[in-house]
Amino acid sequence: MNHADAAEKFNKDFDRTTWHDETLWWVRQKRDRAAFAIPEWEQLRETASQIKHNVLSNLDNYLIEFEKNAQKSGITVHWAADAHEHNQIVLSILKSQGVTEIVKSKSMLTEECHLNPYLTENGVEVIDTDLGERIVQLADEPPSHIVLPCIHWKKEEIGVLFHKHLGTPEGCADPVLLTHAARANLREKFLTRRVAITGVNFAVAETGEFVVCTNEGNADMGAHLADVHIACMGIEKIIPKREHLGVFLRLLTRSATGQPITTYSSHFGKPREGQQMHIVLVDNGRTVQLGREQFRNSLKCIRCGACMNTCPVYRRSGGHSYHNAVAGPIGAILAPNLDMTKNADLPFASTLCGSCSNVCPVKINIHEQLYEWRQVLTKSGHSPTAKTLSMKVMSAVLSNPTVYHLSGKIGRFAMANAPFVVNNSFNPWFKQREMPEPPKESFGEWYKKNRGEK
Amino acid sequence: MSREKILAAVAQNKPTLTPLPEIQNFGNPYANLVEQFKTVLTAIGGEVVYVKDWEEIRAYIQTHFGGRRIVTNIDPLADVAQESWIKSDPHSLEDVGLAILKGQFGVAENGSIWVTETEMGQRVTPFIAETLALVIQKSELVPKMHDAYVRIGGERYGFGAFIAGPSKTADIEQSLVLGAHGPKSMLAFLMD
Repeated sequence: MNHADAAEKFNKDFDRTTWHDETLWWVRQKRDRAAFAIPEWEQLRETASQIKHNVLSNLDNYLIEFEKNAQKSGITVHWAADAHEHNQIVLSILKSQGVTEIVKSKSMLTEECHLNPYLTENGVEVIDTDLGERIVQLADEPPSHIVLPCIHWKKEEIGVLFHKHLGTPEGCADPVLLTHAARANLREKFLTRRVAITGVNFAVAETGEFVVCTNEGNADMGAHLADVHIACMGIEKIIPKREHLGVFLRLLTRSATGQPITTYSSHFGKPREGQQMHIVLVDNGRTVQLGREQFRNSLKCIRCGACMNTCPVYRRSGGHSYHNAVAGPIGAILAPNLDMTKNADLPFASTLCGSCSNVCPVKINIHEQLYEWRQVLTKSGHSPTAKTLSMKVMSAVLSNPTVYHLSGKIGRFAMANAPFVVNNSFNPWFKQREMPEPPKESFGEWYKKNRGEK
Repeated sequence: MSREKILAAVAQNKPTLTPLPEIQNFGNPYANLVEQFKTVLTAIGGEVVYVKDWEEIRAYIQTHFGGRRIVTNIDPLADVAQESWIKSDPHSLEDVGLAILKGQFGVAENGSIWVTETEMGQRVTPFIAETLALVIQKSELVPKMHDAYVRIGGERYGFGAFIAGPSKTADIEQSLVLGAHGPKSMLAFLMD
């Protein structure tokens, strides 16, 4: 289902759409309050953007430096060209441990690679430990937001889900009780699983350490109790120096949720005694995107989700309408790189209002890239047939004055005398709108009458 | 091999080298670091307790945490805590009611405290305990994260974390709930 159809389905429930919209806007307002409290906010964004630009321009050397330093600390470094290789590497580590049950904290990369279904097919049980991710996992759904995975779920629905899976009392919809039920259930998993997978927010070339940020403490509970810690990251997560963390940690959570910092910003430097630590560095299309000059800045993304919270289209269409691991404006410029045919609709899921670019902590020109992608996709024949055809008709009309004037007349006549020709469900402009009253004459006709002869 | 393939593709596709920007400090906007730290940490669910000495901490713990399993690696508090736990299996810390650890320093802008493996005793300690108490000197507060990393410098640690308040989640309808997977409460003892 393409974005427009999925969004239409989402919008069938008017109250829910409004609720979704308002909840995310509230998060956006929290972000504003946090950002406006920092006088140097704009300089921080600029600095972060420049650091990331340097990273992209020297990524191969930073990767080599990171690998060398991580290995020196006793961390095993793996390289995966694509999603499949990433999944194979993870499975082979699990097999070497004889492990069939694992815990995983939030990692958008593993979502992108569809690691969970792959491991399940291979007989491994994966428990997502972030509360929001656990909720959507129990419901057999993907996350709908990279920071707030179950933002589309109401507490009453979560109550029903937990009653079924965790045995909470029927009708219980209290966030505190539900959260603590999940805590008790997941604690048992933390205590019994021998392998933990985490994502990576930042990996520092200079030191070979990596940083994982959570509020719940689930990454730490998993990693520090497990015999084996596997951290999965896209190659663009590298930053050159430790001091750069000062810039990014100031921006990340303020942009994401309006908090001054996540509860835990955990710096993993070495495996603990007796523990194995693995890092999987994943390309999966990133080097291709690096080569697309107009789109490479999308690789600066630090996955804060601010562009989603502010986006009028995302807020009213829901994360699942983007049919991609990363939804919203940033997802819409990352997804076509992975698969142009499948994701050709996404850059069109935008009003190009530019709010995404304005809140982006690393100053990605998201709305400009959305516009660029539309051109690339249309030129390479990926735009929908109906749109291509109507654009061709439009072009023929606009390039011929006689046809143009005639069409105007026909249009005004039809709207005045036979409104059903335009007021029908085949005309997308008629959806949720009244068509305007047609003018009696065109500007050209009016001008001729009133000014033309003087 | 994928490593060579990825590195070659990066080398081929990367843009022209641009320099790293200078990292500015932006100065100290806070008149009183202790007040700022307390305000922020309290706002994010933590609790700040001012104390003069270890004796006051000991008294506070005895009043508020009697009957709980308490672990610490701070010598002056050894008598309120129990047994040797630093070499034990981390899973055995599951029932710890209170962990009292030293922090290296706090950050005023976000209420976080920097703690490394050395102070943690075991990496899982500050995460698995039901309540976490961190002790820092009032004089050990820096204004912002830039200052924090200057302070950390090139320190080699196996593991270190900025900890800001109790574990929390707002995944259910954006309602804030303290005690997601880690501590349900967190206090910072600020010592003179």
